Amino acid sequence: MRDSAAREVTVRVNGRPVSVPAGASVAVAVLLAGRTCRTSVTGEARAPLCGMGTCFECRVTINGEAQRRSCQTLCQPDMEISAHE
Amino acid sequence: MSVSPEIIVVGAGIVGAACALDLTREGLRTTVIEEGAPGAGTTAAAMGHIVVMDDSEAQFALTRYSQILWDELRGELPLNVEFENCGTIWVAADDEEMAEVRRKADYYQERGVRAEILSPASLREAEPHLRPGLAGGLLVQGDGVLYPPCAAAFLLHRAQELGAKVLLGKKVTNVGKGAVRLADGSALKANIVINATGQLAPRLTPGLNIRPRKGHLVITDRYPGTVRHQLVELGYLKSAHSLSSDSVAFNVQPRKTGQLLIGSSRQYGDENRAVDANILSRMLRRAFEYVPGLKGISGTRVWAGFRPATPDKLPLIGPAASDPSIYIAAGHEGLGITTSLGTARLVTAQILGQRPAIPMEPYLPTREMAVEHHNA
Amino acid sequence: MSDTRQFAFGVVVIGGGPAGIAAAIAAAESGARVALLDDNPRPGGQIWRGGPGAVHRADAGSWFERLERSAVTKIYGARVFSAGDGFVEAESDEAVLRVNYRSLVLATGARERFLPFPGWTLPNVMGAGGLQALVKSGLPIEGKRVIVAGTGPLLLAVGAYMKEHGAKVLCICEQTTWTKFMGFGLRMTLLPGKIREALQLKVQIRGIPYRTNCWPVSATGSDRLESVRISDGGEIREIECDYLACGFHLVPNLELPRLIGCRVEGDFVQVDEMQRTSVANVYCAGEPTGIGGLDLSLAEGRIAGHAAAGNEDAARKLGPRRASYRKVVPLMAEAFRLRSELKRLARADTLVCRCEDVPFERMKNFDSWRAAKLQTRCGMGPCQGRVCGPATEFLFGWRVDSARPPVFAVKCSSLAEMAVGAGESRQ
Repeated sequence: MRDSAAREVTVRVNGRPVSVPAGASVAVAVLLAGRTCRTSVTGEARAPLCGMGTCFECRVTINGEAQRRSCQTLCQPDMEISAHE
Repeated sequence: MSVSPEIIVVGAGIVGAACALDLTREGLRTTVIEEGAPGAGTTAAAMGHIVVMDDSEAQFALTRYSQILWDELRGELPLNVEFENCGTIWVAADDEEMAEVRRKADYYQERGVRAEILSPASLREAEPHLRPGLAGGLLVQGDGVLYPPCAAAFLLHRAQELGAKVLLGKKVTNVGKGAVRLADGSALKANIVINATGQLAPRLTPGLNIRPRKGHLVITDRYPGTVRHQLVELGYLKSAHSLSSDSVAFNVQPRKTGQLLIGSSRQYGDENRAVDANILSRMLRRAFEYVPGLKGISGTRVWAGFRPATPDKLPLIGPAASDPSIYIAAGHEGLGITTSLGTARLVTAQILGQRPAIPMEPYLPTREMAVEHHNA
Repeated sequence: MSDTRQFAFGVVVIGGGPAGIAAAIAAAESGARVALLDDNPRPGGQIWRGGPGAVHRADAGSWFERLERSAVTKIYGARVFSAGDGFVEAESDEAVLRVNYRSLVLATGARERFLPFPGWTLPNVMGAGGLQALVKSGLPIEGKRVIVAGTGPLLLAVGAYMKEHGAKVLCICEQTTWTKFMGFGLRMTLLPGKIREALQLKVQIRGIPYRTNCWPVSATGSDRLESVRISDGGEIREIECDYLACGFHLVPNLELPRLIGCRVEGDFVQVDEMQRTSVANVYCAGEPTGIGGLDLSLAEGRIAGHAAAGNEDAARKLGPRRASYRKVVPLMAEAFRLRSELKRLARADTLVCRCEDVPFERMKNFDSWRAAKLQTRCGMGPCQGRVCGPATEFLFGWRVDSARPPVFAVKCSSLAEMAVGAGESRQ
C-alpha cells in the first residue's frame, strides 16, 4: 500500500520554488532544493539527523516563524521556507 | 593567629569564588570548600546582570563599585563568560513612570553614571519589538549581562592559579572555634571562615536574617536581535516585588548567544524547587504585555531557584555577631552576580584591617535592620 | 494562539507507534473512551511511519485499519510537554490541549543513540532510522549511494528499505561481532513468526555486503558528506557515498515517564504484568520498558490498553505472549552492546553537543552531566540533551535522570498555559 503521491505541492525555499509530493515534510523540500536546514552556533550548515523530531537539527524558518522543526511539518502550498544560506 | 591566617571560604558560588580570588590575590592562604559543583546553586539559577541599582544609597554604592570592578576585569574574562555590555532600558509604561525615569536619570547623572532618557520614538527605535504606546524609558549604557556559572568557575580557577585550594564534593556541617568540620567527620583548621553559602548561610551561622525568595526564569531558543538591551519595567518598583507577597515583573535579557532570558518572579514561603505554573504563567503574561512577539518564540527550559533575601535588601558582609572569626558574605538576593566583586573587596579589607573603597557599615551583619520579613 | 482546550477521556495513550496503537485499540475494545496523542503528523511511530514515500508492511496496514474503524479519538501533531496529576498538556499548532485522564498509557517509544565521530555533523550523515524517516517523508533515494552503519537490527531493516527504494546500499556496517550477531539471530528464530521474518529480510538484503566488526571512523566532505572511513575487521577503508545512515541501537524516551514520576531502574520504566508503573493509573508499554522490538511492543500495548480500561482478564490472557517476546530484551542488549573502541572515535575538536557546538575536549574533564551542562552548555539546547545525553552516558558514564516541564521545547505562549501542578512528581 503506497500513500497517494499523485499530487504535488509547490513551496519556496530561500525564494526558489520547489515541488514536492503531497504529504512531504518541509525537511524534504529543503533537501530537494539543494539546501541544508539550520546554521549551527559556530556557523556550520546542518541537516536532519533523527528524522523524528527529537534532534532539532532540521530547524528552519517557516512563513516567518523561526526555529520550526522541518521534519515534523508537512509542506503546504505556497509555504515560504528559509534555510541555511 | 600566625602571620598568614588560614582562611576557609565555604561555598563556591559566585560570591565565594570572588572572595577566594580577592583573598588569594592579597597573598592570604585560602581554601574553598563546596558541596556540589562551582556555581551550581543560586548562581546557576541567576539571570546574570551586571547592573547599577538605586533602591538605596548603600545599594547604589555597592552595585556601582562592583560594576567598576567588573569593567576592570572585562579584558580577562574568557569567551564562555559571555559578557555583553548590552545596557539596561528601564521601560516606562505611563507618565507616572516617566516621572520616575527623570528622577532616576538625575540620580544616576549626579553620581557619574551615564543614563539617557528615551522618548517613545527613540525607545521604539532602540527596541522595535516593544509594544507601541509606551511612554519612554531610561537607557543605562554601562549595564551588562554575563553567564554566571562560567563567571564563578573563572573566578575560582583564577584563585586556584594564584594558590587557593579548592575542595569539591565536601559538605561542611559546622564552623567556628578555629575549625571547619565536614560531614565525613574530618575537621580543617581555620583562623577565619567565610560563610558564602547564600540562602543556606543560616544553617552554618544560625540567626542570620536571610530567607529564600523563589524566582522563575525561562530561556528561549536563539532569536538574535529580537531584544537588544536588558529590558526592565519601571513598574518593577511600584507594583511588583513588594516585600510581602508573590509578585512578577517584566525583565528580559538578550544573551550573547541570541537566546532570551525571561523573568522575573519573587515568592516567599515556597521552598519547593519545582516550577510553579501559576506564577510562571503570570510572569510570562507580564512579559507578553511588553513584548507581544515573545508568545510565538520557542522556550527551551524553565527553572526556579532561590535568592538569599534580607529584610533591607542589602547583603550581609562582615564578621558575624556570634563569632568574629566567622565572616558572612551572603544575602545578596537578586544582585549577587553584580555585587560579588564588591563584596569580596569589602571582606578582604575587613580581614586585613584596611579602609575599604566604600563605607562597609550598611552591610555589616550586626546592623539594625529597619524592615522585618513579612510572612508570605 | 494562547488558549487552552480541555478534554477528558477514560484512557489517554501517549505515542502513536505500535505499542500506542495497540493500547488505544485494546482500551477502546474494552469499552473505554480513548484518546491517542502523537507528536507526528501521522500515526505509526518510527517503524510504521507513513508519508508519500512510505510502503507499509502488511501487518501495519491491518493495525491502521483497526485504528481507523475504532472509536479512538486521534490527535496528531500534539507534543506532550507537561503533565500533572490526572492530566497531560500538549502543544498543537492551534492551542494547548489539556487532556484529563482516568488512566494513562505511556507509549513514548525510543530514539536512536548517536555517537560522535569526526564529521558526524556533516549534512547527509543521518540516523539509520533518520534516513528511513526522510525517505518515507518523500526524500528521493533512487540511485543514491548509501552506507548503513552502527548497531542493532534496525540496520538490516533500513538497508532493505533503501535497496527496495532504488538506493545503492554499499555496505551495512555492524559494530558487533559475527558470533554475537549470529547467536542473536539463532535465538530469535525460536520465537513465533521470526523464522519467516528473518528469511524475508535475508532475501531483501541479498547483494548488500553485511560486515560485522565494522564501524564508521570518520566522515568527510566539503559542504556535505562525500566519503566515509570505516574500520572493517581491523582495516581502515574509505568509501565515497551520498548518505551515511548511522545509529547505535535505541534508547527509550523516558522524559515523560520521569516527569510523571514513574520509577525507572537501569535504563527502563519498571512495570508489572499489567504494565502498571509505580504511579497509580499510569501504564507504560513498548520500548520504554525494555528495547524488545515490534512484537513485544504490540503485546505490551494490548495488555496496557485492556488493563487501563479495567479489563484485566483480557490483559492477563496476553501474558504468555508478552513473556515469550520479553526474552528478546536481554538478548538484544547483549548482542548489540557497544564496543569500547567507539569511545575513542571523537577527537578533541569533535562536537558532542550539536545544539550548542560543544567539543569533546571541553566536556571530558567534568565528572557529572550537571557540572558539564552548567559550564559548557552541553545538553542545554533545544533538544534538551536527547542527542548528547545518551552519547555522554556511553562516553563518560554520566547519568541523565532529571526531567522537568517542558519536556519538549514549546512556544512561550504554551508555557504560559501550563496548569498548576504540572511537573509535580507523584512518586
